[in-house]
Amino acid sequence: MHKYANPNQFLRIANPLLPWFSGVTVLCIGAALYLGLFTSPPDYQQGDTVRIMYIHVPSAWMAMFVYGSMAIASATALIWRHPPGHMITKASAPIGACFTMICLLTGSLWGKPMWGTWWQWDARMTSVLILFFIYIGYIALVNAFDDSARGQRTASVLVLVGAVNLPIIKFSVEWWNTLHQPASVVRFDGPAIHPSMLWPLLIMSVGFTTFYLVVLILRLRGELAATKIRNLRLGQADA
Amino acid sequence: MTHDSPPLRSRAATRKRRRLYAVLSGAVMLAIAAVLVLTAFEDSIVFFYSPTDLAEKQAGRDPVKPDQLLRVGGLVEEDSVKTAADGVTKLFTVTDLKNTLRVSFKGILPDLFREGQGIVSSGSLGPDGIFVATEVLAKHDETYMPPEVADALKRAGEWKGDEEKEKTQ
Repeated sequence: MHKYANPNQFLRIANPLLPWFSGVTVLCIGAALYLGLFTSPPDYQQGDTVRIMYIHVPSAWMAMFVYGSMAIASATALIWRHPPGHMITKASAPIGACFTMICLLTGSLWGKPMWGTWWQWDARMTSVLILFFIYIGYIALVNAFDDSARGQRTASVLVLVGAVNLPIIKFSVEWWNTLHQPASVVRFDGPAIHPSMLWPLLIMSVGFTTFYLVVLILRLRGELAATKIRNLRLGQADA
Repeated sequence: MTHDSPPLRSRAATRKRRRLYAVLSGAVMLAIAAVLVLTAFEDSIVFFYSPTDLAEKQAGRDPVKPDQLLRVGGLVEEDSVKTAADGVTKLFTVTDLKNTLRVSFKGILPDLFREGQGIVSSGSLGPDGIFVATEVLAKHDETYMPPEVADALKRAGEWKGDEEKEKTQ
């Protein structure tokens, strides 16, 4: 496992994967946009407003998936002192924050015509808003330390503490009465969503996931390059 | 002391194990704390009461005060929507298939509002037992389907909404 801690080893794997992930991202998001906006039918109740779901639901899943990845990466970094864990967490945070933001905004745009309100303090919406604040809090905390190693360790603890929010988000619609509807796709008795609408949704989710991986690899490459430059500068200063 | 200490490698392994236990026990504590907090605040987290919840609350130790703001949710009962004599106020009945609550609302209803639809309304309980709503929101369920499929289901008599309604009648 520790051999992937070596940046060169990481780049040897990540660099050839990058064009594949980019290709899948373009194909999937393109196909899902076409399917979602043109070929999929309007909903029997919501009409064309249902098309907001093709962005809203995948970004909500990504908001939680990215946070889950950050929590796992932070745990490995804290327990096994595995340095890439901190790097992955730090590189993922802005991506996850953006997905959460998109989720909240598109949800609000859907809520106004359907529910009749932009925002309500119901358990699902509030817990997702808290997730957004945790992302922002992590980004602020990790950059607040002069000693970056200490900052990363402290901020990783915050990520682990915030992970308690993930099950609350997922099950909020089942534990309490909420305005938000219960899960349509990930539930025990199969999806409650017609295949003609499910396919664009799933394809979009694949596209969003590979998009995350593309941006993550690019950000990690940038971070590695910045570390290399810093070390070279330090070497010059010593000489 | 020095010659008793274990070799470096296993000492590192012990430290890792200790950190693993620290993180795991921290996670367990946090989960317990979260459960306790969420249970304690359940009354405030619940977005709305169903007519049954409200009836239980009225019978319990802490009944709703007049003018206390609260939200009530449920299905709009079939054939219950009427317009009052002033021509503006809408009167309807909200049901959770066990209990019902009469609601009056003066304002614009959302597009999805209709009989059989789930709604959430905020307002206060009047002395006559009629809930005076200041806001009515439509609740959407988790079912997504094209209109043709909905029609086909209705024709085939496999429409879930109708089944529920039959139960109440």
